[in-house]
Amino acid sequence: MSIDKNTVKKVARLARIRISDDEVDVLSGELSKILAMIGQLNEVKTDGVEPMTSVIEMQMPEREDKVTDGGIPEKILANAPEQTAGFFVVPKVVE
Amino acid sequence: MKNLTSLTIKEALAGLKKKDFSAVDLTEAHIKATEAARHLNCYILETFDIARKQAAASDARYAKGEARLLDGIPIAMKDLFCTEGVQTTAASNILKGFKPPYESTVSGNMFRDGAVMLGKANLDEFAMGSANITSAYGNVINPWKRKSDDKPLVPGGSSGGSAAAVAARIAMGATGTDTGGSIRQPASFCGISGIKPTYGRCSRFGIVAFASSLDQAGPFARSAEDCALLLQSMAGYDSKDSTSVNCPVPDYASTIAQGVKGLKVGVPKEYRIDGTNPEILKLWERGVEMLKDAGAEIVDVSLPYTKYALQTYYVIAPAECSSNLARYDGVRFGQRVEGDNLIDTYEKTRAAGFGKEVKRRILIGTYVLSAGYYDAYYNKARRVRKLIWQDFIEAYKKCDLLLTPTAPTAAFAIGENMQDPVTMYLNDVFTIPASMAGMPGMSVPVGLSADGLPLGLQLLGKPFDEATIFRAAQAIEKAANFTALPQLAQARAA
Amino acid sequence: MAHALLKGETGDWEIVIGLEIHAQVLTKSKLFSGASADFGGAPNAHVSPVDAGMPGMLPVINKKCVESAVKTGLGLNAQINKYSVFERKNYFYPDLPQGYQISQYAHPIVGNGEIEIDLADGSSKIVGIERLHLEQDAGKSLHDQHPTKSYLDLNRSGNPLMEIVSKPDMNSAEEAAAYVTKIRAILRYLGTCDGNMDEGSMRCDVNVSVRKPGAALGTRCEIKNVNSIRFVAQAIECEAKRQIEVIEGGDKIVQETRLFDTKAGTTRAMRSKEEAHDYRYFPDPDLLPLKLEQDFIDAIKKTLPELPDAKKYRFMKDYGLSVADASTLISEKSRADYFEAAVKGNDAKLTANWVLTELLGALNRAEKDLGDSPVSATQLGGLVALISDNTISGRIAKEVFAEMFATGKNAAAIVEEKGLRQVSDTGAIEKIVDDVLKNNPDKIAEYKSGKDKLFGFFVGQVLKQSGGKANPGMVNELLKSKLDKA
Repeated sequence: MSIDKNTVKKVARLARIRISDDEVDVLSGELSKILAMIGQLNEVKTDGVEPMTSVIEMQMPEREDKVTDGGIPEKILANAPEQTAGFFVVPKVVE
Repeated sequence: MKNLTSLTIKEALAGLKKKDFSAVDLTEAHIKATEAARHLNCYILETFDIARKQAAASDARYAKGEARLLDGIPIAMKDLFCTEGVQTTAASNILKGFKPPYESTVSGNMFRDGAVMLGKANLDEFAMGSANITSAYGNVINPWKRKSDDKPLVPGGSSGGSAAAVAARIAMGATGTDTGGSIRQPASFCGISGIKPTYGRCSRFGIVAFASSLDQAGPFARSAEDCALLLQSMAGYDSKDSTSVNCPVPDYASTIAQGVKGLKVGVPKEYRIDGTNPEILKLWERGVEMLKDAGAEIVDVSLPYTKYALQTYYVIAPAECSSNLARYDGVRFGQRVEGDNLIDTYEKTRAAGFGKEVKRRILIGTYVLSAGYYDAYYNKARRVRKLIWQDFIEAYKKCDLLLTPTAPTAAFAIGENMQDPVTMYLNDVFTIPASMAGMPGMSVPVGLSADGLPLGLQLLGKPFDEATIFRAAQAIEKAANFTALPQLAQARAA
Repeated sequence: MAHALLKGETGDWEIVIGLEIHAQVLTKSKLFSGASADFGGAPNAHVSPVDAGMPGMLPVINKKCVESAVKTGLGLNAQINKYSVFERKNYFYPDLPQGYQISQYAHPIVGNGEIEIDLADGSSKIVGIERLHLEQDAGKSLHDQHPTKSYLDLNRSGNPLMEIVSKPDMNSAEEAAAYVTKIRAILRYLGTCDGNMDEGSMRCDVNVSVRKPGAALGTRCEIKNVNSIRFVAQAIECEAKRQIEVIEGGDKIVQETRLFDTKAGTTRAMRSKEEAHDYRYFPDPDLLPLKLEQDFIDAIKKTLPELPDAKKYRFMKDYGLSVADASTLISEKSRADYFEAAVKGNDAKLTANWVLTELLGALNRAEKDLGDSPVSATQLGGLVALISDNTISGRIAKEVFAEMFATGKNAAAIVEEKGLRQVSDTGAIEKIVDDVLKNNPDKIAEYKSGKDKLFGFFVGQVLKQSGGKANPGMVNELLKSKLDKA
């Protein structure tokens, strides 16, 4: 299994990372090597094995419905690259 | 009196209590040492002003007889822990200048207990790496040198700055995080101790996430007992982390000296893998002898799925990271590169903000989660993960602990092992299985390689049984009597 | 009701409709953070670092949301899944701070269910529920504040939503509207969502396709974010027409997401959704599977109120109401409660009429909600009682009601004050009748010669002279006997 250049471009687009044509070549090789390694998992028989997400076997904790946070717009916005009148600002989105 | 920077934490706390020296003295000594060791690039940000204030507050508490668990102990904080109002970068360009409006639970716990923060320690970008060569803020240099040449060596990774700072005696302890070996492997490379506790033991709240189902915080120090003290402070249930386990944290220090008599230590045959340095295999045998001499019973165990742990890891960790790192989009915080439109801005921001290794992992993760490959890779890996976990559960029916090497090699030079990503990934082959299973693991320094570099062994324990690991770690420590110092610290001691 | 078929150039078409309703769970705080879930607020004031997707921030689930989802599931007669999983739906959008939405995908908290919808002709129909799952709401982008920028407010980000997905069981705009009405009623009865569509706490995505009757399902289009029941119906009508025109014009329907332009009355494709998505769902490793105990579900079951359909059938059975009246009364819980308070000791049909026609009409004209009604249920009951015991006539009652609505006074007080009590004293009425007959000898002659219609004239005159207070039955009786004798 290898990752061809088109797939690299498609995946980079999904991940919203701009890559140059030169990078596509390099990445295609590197990612294919990684993929070849992880492809060894196919040797393992996993019939009837449940996929594991967490090693934690407890009940998921739940919190009470109380307002304990928020009310700090200046802190929320403090690190924003661009802001106006309490809003984050981004290049125009077309719907 | 011993040089203040060569004390253990335990010794320093005793000295502070006796007023042999003040917390300010201790902090100033470490600041001076840090300034003299800047070439190691251990810190992304030095926080001496904060350290001095915290030290003065510690002294005030000592004066009032209200000293806390870690009062006045200068430490390095891995720059993956969000510190309120103090820049937190995860060693990435994309977070340059980011000042969190909140404190991570672990750093908050340590400050509550009086720890003094010298700086935000360098690391591999977003904790992705095994050599601390992926930081956007430069490589960290291992304070150790090998006999054969003068090349700068890597400290291991990802918590390289933390490990190097403790080894260089410019911090008494440090925080790290371990996703696939990021505490244990650099501890081994730097000749110090480091423990990754059980997944769920330390809160992940406020730690910049890499792979959420694997990330765990833990300490570095120069003795098992110091690690126990630090973990005592860091650990504990946190209602802000849904994967934090509400399991009491025992008083590790009270049991650490109990030795290993009667304990069963398993030696897993699958860790004897091709390509492992024979010196390391010898060291492992020595470790087994040490524990046996101390009264432990050695048993052979098998962890048959060990050989697939690395592959499993390189599906699951990138998958989770590809999603965890989606929030770095230049909209609400961090660096932005303006583009022609929104998508252009996203793509340019993330292209400029992330380094090569981070991009590789995001792309692999995106790929294995995408339609058509999900079952073949992601679900397959989750199934194998279950088998790896079962291996440990089975093994622990026969023994209390496992002893293995920590890493397949000693520290290497910058530029070595870097032909391709996969070669680099092999560094974590011994540490990853326990990460996949959420089991606690610790690296302890045992000896030097022929080339004069430290080598560590790894102790793995049952879930939430760090106490037993500490007992065995101290037993090995006593038997190994590892007193070698990195050249830099030797020079200062002289 | 038979399927409403649409006529095209090539014959009849059947519309197939499925709805996804996003209902905001009525809570104080968000699904995974402790920030306020209230509507409005200064920009970014209801935002915690968790909602802003800041580094190292982690979700912790709100217990109330789990309870509300189970409660709603039970209200939809649905399967409650004891094991459900929160997954991440990954995509980039500025109103999605984490770069993923935490939702439920392969394992939702609620599975198959069904509800009954009420149609205008008095018939009803069963509509299947596919699932209900919990998920996070997104923030809000403002696109009209700046020529080249969008502004972003994350107050809504992370608000708890229940997505209720129907089966494609509806075949007309009316059915879809009835479905939304019934879902909203159920949510309000349960108190799990306020159902306010104008504040966005309930929003609909409408899936529409068309086919020749009996043919396989056609390609569907999804119309996003329709925010009123009227628009749901309009959007379906125009989208179905569009699809029929496309197909009859020889083209194919492209599966896509569309927006309903309420002003133009048309739908158009959304540009931002053009790119094919690959959401890469996977279980959120920051959370654990949600496991429910039977005891927990049973305890919630015990707290369920009487639901709209049960109430409808009870109204029909206990009060003898028509299905139409019962359906209209139960469509709002407040309305049903009002009726039940007003009907105590009164004639049910008469009370229902007064609630549905006079009261709702007056409220509508005054642009008031039932909650703000100047006439309380007990007061309306008092008025109905006065009609039933012949204290006032129906005509006077309307006058009294208008006064009650304006002043908030009780019916009896107004009747006393204004002397509106119906006159049932035979002597008094007889005197007026005699007067009227005496003054209209010519009309009597005409009546006698066969102009029967003039009887109405005499009744009118008598009532007029009595100031409307004469008992109409007695007036009729007396007039009849006196005219016969005249």
